[in-house]
Amino acid sequence: MAGESTTAAEIALASQKRSARRHQLLSLPSVLIITLFGILPLLVILVYSFLKAAPYGGVEWKFTTDAYVNFLFQRDIFDDTLQFAPDYLYIYLRSILFALLTTVICLLIGFPTAYFMATRPPEQRSWWVLLITIPFWSNLLVRTLAIMFIIRDEGVINTLLMHWHVIDKPITMLYTNFAIVLGLLYSYLPFMVLPLYSSLEKLDFRLVEAGFDLYATKRQVLWRIIIPMAKPGIIAGCLLVLIPAIGAYVTPLILGGGLHLMIGDLIAQQFGSGRNWPLGAAQALILMAAVMCALFAYVRNSATGKMHHD
Amino acid sequence: MTKMDGAVDIKTQPGFKGVAIFCLAMLYTPILVLMVFAFNSGNLMMSWEGVSLKWFGVALANEDFHSAARNTFLISIIATIVSTSVATLAAIGMTRVKAWPGMSAAFMIINLPLMVPEIITAVATLSFFALLARGFGWNFGIGNIVLAHCVFCIPFAFMPIRARLEDMDLTLENAAADLYATPWQAFRRVTLPLLVPGIASGAALAFIVSFDDFTITQMVAGPGQTTLPLYIWNQTRRPMTPEINAIAAILLLFSMAFIVISFFIARRRK
Repeated sequence: MAGESTTAAEIALASQKRSARRHQLLSLPSVLIITLFGILPLLVILVYSFLKAAPYGGVEWKFTTDAYVNFLFQRDIFDDTLQFAPDYLYIYLRSILFALLTTVICLLIGFPTAYFMATRPPEQRSWWVLLITIPFWSNLLVRTLAIMFIIRDEGVINTLLMHWHVIDKPITMLYTNFAIVLGLLYSYLPFMVLPLYSSLEKLDFRLVEAGFDLYATKRQVLWRIIIPMAKPGIIAGCLLVLIPAIGAYVTPLILGGGLHLMIGDLIAQQFGSGRNWPLGAAQALILMAAVMCALFAYVRNSATGKMHHD
Repeated sequence: MTKMDGAVDIKTQPGFKGVAIFCLAMLYTPILVLMVFAFNSGNLMMSWEGVSLKWFGVALANEDFHSAARNTFLISIIATIVSTSVATLAAIGMTRVKAWPGMSAAFMIINLPLMVPEIITAVATLSFFALLARGFGWNFGIGNIVLAHCVFCIPFAFMPIRARLEDMDLTLENAAADLYATPWQAFRRVTLPLLVPGIASGAALAFIVSFDDFTITQMVAGPGQTTLPLYIWNQTRRPMTPEINAIAAILLLFSMAFIVISFFIARRRK
């Protein structure tokens, strides 16, 4: 009967709908945990950044834009006028500069490494991947301490150089800008190599061959064929280094010795000894805005890149 | 211009091998130096006085080390179980159905913790838990750290599980359905066993990022809630003895063994 088949179809449709809804619900626990304990805290610091600092840490519930004003200006104690004080801005620019420098050096070392890995026979390739992955997943704090042991005055480098009479006095490397950039480089190098490797591994070497057939030199093949094809991997690798490097906390804390602040330990300081949570919250949000700009530029870039291919 | 056939290896670029070896040397020299000095028998950090396991003994006998290790394992095991289970559910809900409204938003939320710099997550979580404690009197103790870890472990667990589901051949599931398996039976008997390697590598990533986390734990941890990375950090605040080398070496060796084992498990599955 017609009525019966309609009912069967309706039941099937209803059960399909129900199963679709069930599938949607499967994401709920993850979304809930991240929303409650990941996103809500970000909203809390957004609110905190517009509150007054309590004298011993924490906040008082009074609205003020002091935190953002204090980011750029300092209030004169005597006549209460605002004076431009670029100290924090200077730390931000320095952090961005260090992060960019780290990214460029990582790319210069990482690209040849990833290319070399990708051109090994498959069996060797997986060993190289393992070798790069080990530091990638090893404790960052411990690895940074290891750098400290090497570059300090009584460290391995100075001891060896003095032993060989190259120098009489140890070269001061720890707690300098050099130490911070070296530490960032060492921390984030695998973040560059791995995405570069995965994009170079898929490289179509028939195009490289075609280049050589058309009498291109090795250099021309590298610049005109290999690098353009690896562009998505290069951009991904650069972002993966740049973003954590801008907000780095452990590296400047240990290798900068609290003398050469970067954004990361500047923010942490406001929540610790600085006891100015609103200022720290504002600084964190300004960093967040900078990172979002970088990500937005990436999304736009990769979107136009795709259109170009079509 | 003459081109010598066969003389040009099209895949090599001059100097790249040297850079690759330099890269490995750069990554491993500090780790190796630290490991070697963990076996130093002397009382000073840097003067070598012969090989001994003495400092490992000192470290392993230390009560504080034991409690830090207990805390670390407790936190990472719970965070791994929670984040891997919820991430598995989410991965299934996002690959086995037609796109539903809000799916891309849910996808973005799950990946968000990877895009926020760790120090921001750390201070935001600190502020949030301080607010809960002050406003409502809620304090979950070590549960605070576990919750904070779950947030950043979820995307790490989610990625390999979702990748595995996307690569999976649907014909087997369809065959099961043709043989009158209910969706649950098909999932339980066909999809889940095929998904195990993805879940295992997701859980391994979640475990290791939680185990190694320093920045977020340091901000969120209350008094007495010391984990191994925090313990090492506290040791560096005092006059340092080679004991810290030994503890650092133990931590590195543990992570390395873990990574190498998951590498070989993944390889065998292929």
